[in-house]
Amino acid sequence: MSDISANGPASAGKPRVSILGQSARMKSRNRVEGIFKTLGLTAILFSLAILALMIFTIFRDGSSAFFQTRAAFPITLSAEIIDPAGNRNRDDLTKQTTMTYNKVLNEAFLAALAAQGIKTDDVPEKEITAMISKGAAGEIRADVLADPSLVGQTIEANIVLGGRIDGYMKGRVTRESAERDSNVTMGQLDIADRMKEAGMLATVWNWDFITNTDSSDTRPETAGLGVAILGSAYMMFLVLIMCVPVGVAASIYLEEFAPKNKWTDLIEVNIANLAAVPSIVYGILGLAIFINILGGQMGVEALKMSASLVGALVLSLQTLPTIIIATRSAIRAVPPSIRDAALGIGASKMQTVFHHVLPLAMPGILTGTILGLASALGETAPLLLIGMVAFVANYPAAPWDGGFSDPATALPVQVYSWASRSDPAFIERSNGAIIVLLVFLLIMNVTAIILRRRFERRW
Amino acid sequence: MNDMRIADRAVDTHGIRIKASAVQVYYGESHAIKDVSVDILDKAVTAFIGPSGCGKSTFLRTLNRMNDTIPICKVQGSILLDGENIYDKRVDPVQLRAKVGMVFQKPNPFPKSIYDNVAYGPRIHGLTRSKAELDGIVESSLRKAALWNEVKDRLHAPGTGLSGGQQQRLCIARAVATSPEVLLMDEPCSALDPIATAQVEELIDELRSNFSVVIVTHSMQQAARVSQKTAFFHLGNLVEYGETSQIFTNPKDPRTESYITGRIG
Repeated sequence: MSDISANGPASAGKPRVSILGQSARMKSRNRVEGIFKTLGLTAILFSLAILALMIFTIFRDGSSAFFQTRAAFPITLSAEIIDPAGNRNRDDLTKQTTMTYNKVLNEAFLAALAAQGIKTDDVPEKEITAMISKGAAGEIRADVLADPSLVGQTIEANIVLGGRIDGYMKGRVTRESAERDSNVTMGQLDIADRMKEAGMLATVWNWDFITNTDSSDTRPETAGLGVAILGSAYMMFLVLIMCVPVGVAASIYLEEFAPKNKWTDLIEVNIANLAAVPSIVYGILGLAIFINILGGQMGVEALKMSASLVGALVLSLQTLPTIIIATRSAIRAVPPSIRDAALGIGASKMQTVFHHVLPLAMPGILTGTILGLASALGETAPLLLIGMVAFVANYPAAPWDGGFSDPATALPVQVYSWASRSDPAFIERSNGAIIVLLVFLLIMNVTAIILRRRFERRW
Repeated sequence: MNDMRIADRAVDTHGIRIKASAVQVYYGESHAIKDVSVDILDKAVTAFIGPSGCGKSTFLRTLNRMNDTIPICKVQGSILLDGENIYDKRVDPVQLRAKVGMVFQKPNPFPKSIYDNVAYGPRIHGLTRSKAELDGIVESSLRKAALWNEVKDRLHAPGTGLSGGQQQRLCIARAVATSPEVLLMDEPCSALDPIATAQVEELIDELRSNFSVVIVTHSMQQAARVSQKTAFFHLGNLVEYGETSQIFTNPKDPRTESYITGRIG
């Protein structure tokens, strides 16, 4: 030992440098480190700012979609008009179309305005009644068909107003923009102002936005996300039950059982490549294989255009590589000492994997799976190709009634289709749909975190 | 290969448990174990010593076929456990490992409770028919591993929460619980402090009455303290094998002498 210290730097004749100051080299090292830290911090701040900006714009433009302007007034459901047969029979009631109800609704509206003492003589009657949403009569009719005893009664209704009046109350439509807009007149805005003063108008929470189906271009105020949410939920469920067993089984086999040779290398490379294939390619594949060949030529009934089953198959193809990659790395992260321990006391390979490796890899598998599902939830392009962008006015049936092959849309596709419509009220709904989508993604990510916490174990 | 001095083992009063003859181990191209023949006695502690990379751990792992998990590893020669070749085609390594247990260098308890750690082996091998019987095995195994008094009140606490020495004794209890015939220990004390080491060594000495123990160690003092037989490995060769006292006091081979006096290794 004494030899080593004798050859140390102290005896090499070098002048001793004080450690109280920094040498030039140390200064430059510190400077580089400082620059790097600043750059990193800037990058993080920049991305946070962009994220905040994105969320701010979405909420600014979209949060109003969750509220709807409604007018409260009494409607007398006159039996002579609605139920000319006079027997309250549902079959007879269905013969009365929304035209009939429109008439009742318009009369009640005009009467209510008069009763509130709102001046209407400067505006043509047709313009006043056009303030009511074209979907409102349908809602009343649905109420009556659901409960025929309403006929003959006077109900206090909250009637949905048209998109422009709704926009005016929310501040989206102004008098300046209304001047250039042929869908709304100054007279209507005057009436709306007077109704507001009289307390007839209220902007209330809008469940219909979550539960309604999509509606036509002229009635943005009644458009809702019901079909899209249901379609997305169906697809996520199907992707989950198709991808997780296959993905986890494939990963376990590749990691624990498969020999390491050029074939498994080839499979590995291909899985990595599949994860990088543009999603629209999977859409074309789905269209060609699932819809045209399996559904068309081979006549599999369940595989139809716009069906959530086809959407789920396409999304599964896309999610599977992600799940396999995440699962494999989770399995690989389990310390080999645990495998040794199990094998060392005579556990079989299968017991080692299922008793020890899988439980320890579970947090990683769950996180990977949920993140894979989350990306599938936000996927749009492949769904456009298999027809899920269609206008779907009816809810898909329940899963046990074959609902998986009923036409449906998906949340991101609904965002896309609303954003491409001309009425600004649909842009508001589109942003609102993004908020719903973000909420679902948030729920999934939080679930991933909670599950990970729960399954995490120390070793 | 160095000659094996049969005469030195004349003091042997026990039967031979494992008889390895002309064992060769290859890792791909490299020849890790060169023509090793050794007899492991019943109810005795056999220590394998030698410098790092000399093949002693590799040889230990051939005794319960743990090397099977390494695809490039190839074993030749014969290893007889009670007269049956463990590399015979009919042998299932899983069944073999229940008879030849192993304790590893780093304590590796399962991230489960202390009870489940010990009960795992008996459970998978179906050694018990009732909960009471299993409780009995767990208790006796923990007692054999000198851990019972420390953990009897917290059997359902996680095994990973124990100290390093306790974890290693838990791993020994886990290995003992399947009632193996041979217990292989790969540097069981290298991650432990001197106090825990002393406890484990004491334990090894007690285990000798029930099992044939093979221990790989870097510490020559440890080999001298716990073993009856010592084998010195160097560069994949078995240089010398004999009574521990003879190896440490009167080595026959100059390489053994160099190693135990600290000149090589």
